[in-house]
Order: sequence, then C-alpha cells, then structure tokens
Amino acid sequence: MLSSKPVRLPSAANGEIEKGGAQGVALFASPIMTLSVPAPSGTPNAMADAWRRQTSLRRLYTVLGVGLLLAAMFGSMWFADEANAGHFFDRLPHLLDFLSWLVPKDWNDVWRALFDIASPHDTGTQEFNFPLGRVYVWGAFYVPEYFELMLITVNVALVSTFVGFIFAVPFSFIAARNLTPHPALRLVVKRFMELLRAFPEIVIAGLFAAIVSIGPIAAIIAIGLHSIGALGKLFYEINENIDMRAEEGLHAVGANWFERVRFADLPQVLPNFVSYTLLRVEINVRASTIIGAVGGGGIGEELKLSISRGFGAKTLALVLLLFTTIFIIDQFSAWLRRKLVGEQAFMMGA
Amino acid sequence: MSTMTADEILSIEERYPQVFRRPAYKRYGPLLLVAGTMLYLVYAMWFFSLPQVLRESHWERLPLFLTQWISYDLQPEFRLDQPEITPKYPRFSALGDNPNPDWVIKNPDGTFTVQIDGPAKSVTFDKTLATITAHGQTVHVSLTSGKPLVEGQVPDWITAHDDEVVARMGFVGEVRVTVDRVKVRKRFLGWANFVFDTRSPFFGKPAGEVISLIASGPELKPGTSNLALAADNIWNNAQWQHGDVWTKLLQTIVMAFLGTLLGGIVAFPLAFFAARNITPSGALGQVLKRFFDFMRSVDMLIWALFFTRAFGPGPLAGSAAIFFTEIGTLGKVYSEGLENIDDKPREGIKSTGANGLLVQRYGVMPEVIPIFISQTLYQWESNTRGATIIGAVGAGGIGLKLWEAMRTNSNWANVFYMVLLILMVVFIFDNISNLLRRRLSRTIHDYNRIQARQG
Repeated sequence: MLSSKPVRLPSAANGEIEKGGAQGVALFASPIMTLSVPAPSGTPNAMADAWRRQTSLRRLYTVLGVGLLLAAMFGSMWFADEANAGHFFDRLPHLLDFLSWLVPKDWNDVWRALFDIASPHDTGTQEFNFPLGRVYVWGAFYVPEYFELMLITVNVALVSTFVGFIFAVPFSFIAARNLTPHPALRLVVKRFMELLRAFPEIVIAGLFAAIVSIGPIAAIIAIGLHSIGALGKLFYEINENIDMRAEEGLHAVGANWFERVRFADLPQVLPNFVSYTLLRVEINVRASTIIGAVGGGGIGEELKLSISRGFGAKTLALVLLLFTTIFIIDQFSAWLRRKLVGEQAFMMGA
Repeated sequence: MSTMTADEILSIEERYPQVFRRPAYKRYGPLLLVAGTMLYLVYAMWFFSLPQVLRESHWERLPLFLTQWISYDLQPEFRLDQPEITPKYPRFSALGDNPNPDWVIKNPDGTFTVQIDGPAKSVTFDKTLATITAHGQTVHVSLTSGKPLVEGQVPDWITAHDDEVVARMGFVGEVRVTVDRVKVRKRFLGWANFVFDTRSPFFGKPAGEVISLIASGPELKPGTSNLALAADNIWNNAQWQHGDVWTKLLQTIVMAFLGTLLGGIVAFPLAFFAARNITPSGALGQVLKRFFDFMRSVDMLIWALFFTRAFGPGPLAGSAAIFFTEIGTLGKVYSEGLENIDDKPREGIKSTGANGLLVQRYGVMPEVIPIFISQTLYQWESNTRGATIIGAVGAGGIGLKLWEAMRTNSNWANVFYMVLLILMVVFIFDNISNLLRRRLSRTIHDYNRIQARQG
C-alpha cells in the first residue's frame, strides 16, 4: 500500500535511481518510507546508498535554501526597521494606541456617520456632521455621502473592468499563438499588454489627473489601462488551450478570421473570460479604493482624511461600509463564477 | 463563408431542432445582457458627468508632458530695460553657475543672437528690433512704440498678443518677446545632468576626462579619492536624487518580499486547521476561513493607513499592511490547495501509526509544497507591483516619491526615471518568479505522471 505513493523505486534491478522523474518528489520524501519500501531483488545496499546520497544532498539544498531565505528575511526586516519613521520595538507597546481614538465615545455615532444623521456631539468641526456631501435624489430623499462615495468607487471599478474587457478580448485573440492573424502582430500586442500591466497605475492616474482634472475619470483611465493588460494576459492563455477542431471546421468552409473567432473560438472561451472578468472586478474595487486615496476620489480619499484627522466614529463607519461592500462583491462574484465554470475557477492561477 | 441553399438550411433545421428552437431566456438572454450593459454605461456616463469632464480637460497638455519625460529645456531671459543686455538664467538651471552656451551669441554690433535650432530657427535682437527666423520665414518685431509690433503679415506660427509676441518653433522651443525682455525656451532631448549635478567638480566634463581624473588625476577634494568623490556626487545628485530613489526602490522591494514571506509563514500552519479535510474541528475551520476573508476584505489600503498611523510612515508600515492582507489571501489559497489533495498518502501514513504531525509532514506536504510555493511566488510578483501604490499613502517605498514628483507637474523626467526603474524591477521579478514556477510546475507535472503510471 505504501509503495504506491510519492516514492517510486525503479523496478529495473540495475540499482540506479531514476533521475528526472522522481527528482522533485524525492525532495520531500522521507527516510521512513525508504525503510518500509520492500527493496526489489538485486543489490539493496547499493540502492540504499544511492538513495541516501540523493536525499542527503536534497536535504542540504533545502537547508541552504531556507537558510538563505531566512537571512534575506532578517536582513530586510532590519532594513525596513532602519528606514521607518518609528522603529518596530519602540512602537510595539504603542501599536494599539490608535484604538484610543478609534473607539468612539458613543457607538451610535458610527451609524449616524454612516447614514448622515445629525449627532448630538456635534461641535461644529467635521468630526460628526457633514450634510454638505448629501446627494438629493428625490425631494427630501438623499443618498448619504458615504454611500455616494462607495458608489463612485464601485462604479470606477465596474467601468474600468468593462474598458479592460472590451479591449482585452480582441487583443487576446491576436496574442494567442494558435489564433493570431500574424506572428509579428502577436508579438507587438503581447509586449504592449505587458507594458500596460507593469506600468505603475499611480503614474497613469497622476498624468491624467493633470489632464482631465483630479477625480474618478483619471482613476478609470489608470485602472482600465491596467485591466487591459491583466485581463489580456489571462485571456490569451485561455485561448491557447482551446479545442481547435471547431476552428478547423470553420476554416474548411472558408470562414475568415473574424468569423472563425466569433463562431468557433469565442463560444468556447466566453464563460472563462467572464469568470476572470468577475475576478478582476474584485481586484479593481480594491484598486479604485487605493487610487482614490491618492486623489482619485471616492471612498479611499475620505477614509485617508478621516484616519489622518483621527475621527474615530467616521473611520469605523467607512471601514464597515468598505468591508461589507468588498465582502458582498467577493461572495457574489465567487457564486457567479462557480455557476459559470464550476470549481475550476478556484484552482491554481485563478 | 460559402453560402447554402434554402433547402439545405431547412434540412439542417429539421435534423437539429434543439439548436434552432431554444427557450426564450436562452435566445434573448445575451441580448438583454448587452442591453443592460449599455444602459449601465449610459448611467455611468451621467454619473461621472463624462461629457463635461472631457470638455473641460486639457488634452493639449498630454504631448507636452510626454515630451518632458525625455527632454529638458533651458530658459534664458534677456532684460532690455537695463543699460546693457545680459542673459539671465533661472536659478538651478541645468547649465550650472557659469552658463556660457554656444547657442547664445553676442554679436560685434551689440545685438544678441539665440540659436534655438541652428541659424534656421533663431532670434536676433537689440533694444529696438527683434528678428525671428523660423519655418523659412523672417519676421521683424519692432519694440520702439511701447508695444511689440510685428511688421508685415503675421505668420500662423506667431501669436501676437497685446503686450507679447509668441513664436512657436515646435519641439525645439519658443521665443516670447515683450518691449522690456526677450525670453527663450530651448528644448533638448535627453536628461540633463543625469550623472553629475551642477555643484559637482566633475560637472560638464566629457566622459573621457572624468575617467582619467578618477583613474589618475590629482585629488579634486583633498583627503578623498576621486573615485569616492565621484560616487558620492552621483549618489547625492541634487536633481535626480539617485541615492534616495534607489533606497526607496529597495524599500518597495523589501516591503513586498517581507510581507509576502511573513504572510506565507503565518498562513501555512493556519491553512491546515482551516482545510475541511484536515482540520480537527469543523467549527475551527469555519472560524479560520472567515478570519482569512476578513483579512482580505479589510483591504491593503486600510491596513496601510492604520499601520502608517501605528509605526509612522515607512516601509515597516507597508510590510505590515502587505503581511496582514497576505495572511488572508495565502491562507485562503493554501487551504483550498489542501482541500484538493489526494487522501490516500495520508491514510497510508496513518495506518503505520504515525502521529498527527508526521501524517501532515509525510502524507500531505509532499503534495502541496510545490503548489504553495508557486502561489506564494505569484503573490510576491503581484505585491511587488502593488507595493508601489500603497507607498503613495505614506507606507514607504518609491510610491510617495513618485506621487510627489508628479504633483508638481514639472518633474516629469524624474517621474519617468522612477517608472523605468519600477518597470525594470517588475520585469526582473516576473522573470525570476516565472522561472521558479516553471521549474515547480515541472515537478508537479512529474509527480502527476508518476501517479498516473502507478494507477
């Protein structure tokens, strides 16, 4: 029973450990197993020696690797600590100090801040009341400021994901090895998408903030451009794994490139495309919060202001709202993805 | 496509009715989805007041900013209301304290000539008359009547305002003439003073001379070798701040590395207790899974803001933020990886009487370690990109520097320098991580092959 799993000793009696195949597995295999594996007839000692040599070498590599990693870790810890404004061990006792301002005097202020209801603790500062941000929709009915800000952030994420999807789909068919209309074009599109992916979003946001004014539009452009690159990469990897028979069939009846992509390839990959796009929505909600904090508008900016001014109740209200929204979006998208493509959407690389 | 006759179409329709007569929701679903998306986009346009924003945006700035990424300009100014005309350069001009460029020529008759692009694009002036040459035309601007007056017809590359005449010469620059001053902007391709700034004794020397000075020259600053001096001057270049930029870049890298690694170390044991098939109690598993969800959903930004408050701005705050987010993310992926393992090795180890820890070590870990490492590398890669951006809220690293350089709207060359460095880092780390993951996936692949062969 035991011999069935990871370690496989060669049945050939020449006493040589099969290289290649068992190599990676042997890294984690144990001496216990060697003992319990009945050795095939032949030269058991030579085999056991070879096996021992190999495991001890592997163990040495593992120890060296882990040692190197730990050294790098402590080195970076020291470096990060040196470069920081406050040092870790100095600040550690004060780590929870922020709770002192974060915990509101009156917990009801959290709800009041969330729904923009007048607070009895109002002192004229911005700590409690802020009716300026109300958005009146219908008569006296208004959207509280924080919900409006959250809506901006979510809308930025949705629109930029849409932008990413619209451009990534055609790009992905050009960039897929098996579907590309021309290899040179494929290379250009692939490099372009790589550039979009690696280019810091914050620079695009800053550049467009100077052009279209600071606000959500600059954030949409920045996140949208990034999404084109990120989605395009995932999409063309899907495209490279499709079943080519439908494509060949259409080729045989003389369909041109667009017709082949539309009728043979797109139906195969669309569920996966949509699944990855939903995953991207989750990522983009977070991205748009962060871009918001550096001037893209939306809830990120308000949160940053609130924390830097030490408004406990407001901060809690914002964190609660943001957390709930992200949680709901995550769960909804996970549910939808599971319906679309099944468990596969949660496997590696998703 | 080749066309079919009506009979052929009909016969296909008869043979496959299920393809052609589908339920209504299947037929109209996609159409409704597209219509819904369109409606949403219209709403979004209204929500962001897109037409108004686009109307008020300054697209003409885009090419200007982009040229500033790879070029710099010099702006000499010539006062005409002084007894003698002398060129004045702005403070911190790229030419240093003693500017004497060969494109500003003092003629023997007392006039000045500034060549913006050789003699073809130049301006020659004294206190009474400025002669501007560009695009094959020569234009005289008289300065005697209290206002700059263009003589003859005004070509389209010149804009004559009431008190100022502006001659645009394209990329290379422009000339602005008023009665009391002539202002020239001359643009050069490249980055000014990238190696040595104007305070350095090596400033303005050709590369060969610098090398020979470093190799065998007399000490420029007594007590330090020329090599040390040159290195110090480069590191502390005031305009490009190489030292600061590289230190901040290293901080960003460290933040991503430290956060991901620590997150992995903490998530690793927790994942075993969270995985449905391994956990000693289902309730504990659920609690841990919700904990992972919580850590992920409280977003990296919120963690970054909190830790900036707790530790003060710097890479420690950034590392801690990535660490906390990564506990959630890696905990989730690790436990999902554990739930997908083959249970047989565990049963085998258990049957030998091994205790719980040994079962995990020899029955589970060989299967999941390559997957764990691969996922961790993937997160590391994406955190290296993400660390830039949380830096901008004060969590350390190059993000804040980048954001500050951008806010002034004048330092675009510095921005581009940092962008290039970030792109380089992302590129290198992507490749390292890809290489490692490819090797690992080969391991996973081999493992599957061995399993398959043994049935």
